[in-house]
Amino acid sequence: MTTKLVVGLDGHASGERALAHASRLAELIGDCELVVTYIVEWSPFSFQTAEENETRHKRREEETETALERVVNPAVAKLKAAGLKARGVVRHGDVSDALIAVSTKEGAEQIIVARASEGGFAKRFFGSSTSNLVMSSTVPVTVVS
Amino acid sequence: MNYAQKALLAAAIIAAPASAMAQEAGSLDQRVNAAFATATGPFVSLIFAPLPGTSFPWIVMWLVVGASIFTLYFGFVQFRFFGHAIKLVKGDYSDPNDAGEVSHFQALTTALSGTVGLGNIAGVAVAIGIGGPGATFWMILAGLLGMASKFTECTLAVKYRNEYPDGTVSGGPMYYMKKGFAELGLPGGGFLAIMFSIFCILGALGGGNMFQANQAHAQIAGIVGDFPGWITGVVFAIVVFAVIVGGIKSIAQVTEKVVPFMGILYVGASLIIILMNYDQIGAAFGSIFAGAFTGLGVAGGLVGALIQGFKRAAFSNEAGVGSAAIAHAAVRTKEPITEGFVSLLEPLIDTVVICTMTALVITISGQLIVNPETGLFVLNEAGTAIATVGDTSGVALTSAAFGSAISWFPYVLAIAVVLFAFSTMISWSYYGLKAWTYLFGEGKTAELSFKIIFCVFIVIGAAANLGPVIDFSDAAIFAMAVVNIFALYFLMKLVRRELNSYASRLKSGEIKPYAH
Repeated sequence: MTTKLVVGLDGHASGERALAHASRLAELIGDCELVVTYIVEWSPFSFQTAEENETRHKRREEETETALERVVNPAVAKLKAAGLKARGVVRHGDVSDALIAVSTKEGAEQIIVARASEGGFAKRFFGSSTSNLVMSSTVPVTVVS
Repeated sequence: MNYAQKALLAAAIIAAPASAMAQEAGSLDQRVNAAFATATGPFVSLIFAPLPGTSFPWIVMWLVVGASIFTLYFGFVQFRFFGHAIKLVKGDYSDPNDAGEVSHFQALTTALSGTVGLGNIAGVAVAIGIGGPGATFWMILAGLLGMASKFTECTLAVKYRNEYPDGTVSGGPMYYMKKGFAELGLPGGGFLAIMFSIFCILGALGGGNMFQANQAHAQIAGIVGDFPGWITGVVFAIVVFAVIVGGIKSIAQVTEKVVPFMGILYVGASLIIILMNYDQIGAAFGSIFAGAFTGLGVAGGLVGALIQGFKRAAFSNEAGVGSAAIAHAAVRTKEPITEGFVSLLEPLIDTVVICTMTALVITISGQLIVNPETGLFVLNEAGTAIATVGDTSGVALTSAAFGSAISWFPYVLAIAVVLFAFSTMISWSYYGLKAWTYLFGEGKTAELSFKIIFCVFIVIGAAANLGPVIDFSDAAIFAMAVVNIFALYFLMKLVRRELNSYASRLKSGEIKPYAH
């Protein structure tokens, strides 16, 4: 049976470290598929204007497209070039909840994320998101420093 | 000429044109007011014409009968599916794969930010001022019945909206009138849609704009002292213009985020005042019930209280008006009826909770003058409303009521009023625009022309007196309800079909909550 590992990326350099670690694990395991996942931070309980609501579906598609193009697809291509089995997933939601949901659905053995030291977007994985993930995950989590 | 003389002369030179300007400004406000009252008079008279042989406006009857019919036709849907509506808003039934789309919560709060506003603060004060505390009872009843009207229109709005290839959506009564009537093979849907759109544009300019600008000015003037209304109007118009024409979304986004907190703050302050006067709660409810059936000597007696209660409830929660249906149409859901369930919470939050808070605070505050001998309210000199401490009405009455308990609260209220007014204007500019583009087609020029007209009306609204503005605002919004409820009578069987199907699938367990 193929072992599945979920790799959470945040679009920053720290993601490369998570990816590198996941590649090593995949090579060691052998029959392994890497599910490269990007979560677009989104809450169903935010307040929006009528105009934002009107264009929300379109924006969602654009956000998914951008995440695939800029982060997920290049990572998947790199893994495939290295001879590994890989696939990309983009979801909206709370970062830790959505990563756990993807892992549960995929039947993954492990979630691999990087502890980011950068600011900006990377912060989403650092601090609350990473600790939330570690605290609430039903799947084992590896945090790459 | 010494230095002091020079200074005096300079001051006189500066002051002379300034005082002339102030006089001119005063007369400009008066001219705007007179012209506006004359122009809108016939329309207002038609909408508020009494039923033959009575003093009861037919339009109030129209709204109440409509809401009652929907309540009965859907078997008290507002109570049967109330719990389910809460679960939907919490996201219990939201498919995780749809994460990132507009949620039920977001559609509800967007629609609420269009309705929660001055209707809850100023409108209720107008109702209590004219109809006495008894108006509150009828307002709550109208709110509860209105939940069924809202359910009907919002379900249809999602079901018959337009989805464009680029993923954007447009919906609202004009779309369900046209498509729904066509589906049933009935003629006249297109005509109704056009009528609705015309009234929606007027409603957007009236209640969604002029009334807001007017009361925001009244509130600001009450704090900083009297000054010409057009000045407030111009400032508001510039900011609204920046948002809706200039596309400065950050202003709208900030407002959307601040307004809910203002709402919570308002309810919180109301609760504190009510609890501080807990010994008067019984008496307040007593006068609400007594006033509802006897009028307690208010202008127009029992009927006066009833008319005011129903009118202000409709104006505040807009159930049956069709405006919120435009906002709710943006939700992507496989089951249009779920949006109907969620929308029925709106009149509850808006009228039954927030309006009642305002009414209780005004009643408890002692701002309404009671004759100690008879126990009846004292009327003002004109005999049109209850005399109040300081002769206040509208938003000023609410402000005085809050101020009598928490001295600094009028300042917070002033900020809340301005923000509420602003967010309601932004919401209604969207509703009006949707009606406008339905009539004239989507396009940059059509959109820009509406937006400019909208901004001009802000200035007119701020400059005119409350009387003509409130009459026109009510008339325009109720005119929307005339067309909308008429159409809903024909289309409600489509909603019942959806309701029956959904209810049976919910019961059988085919529709079940997602494990989150």
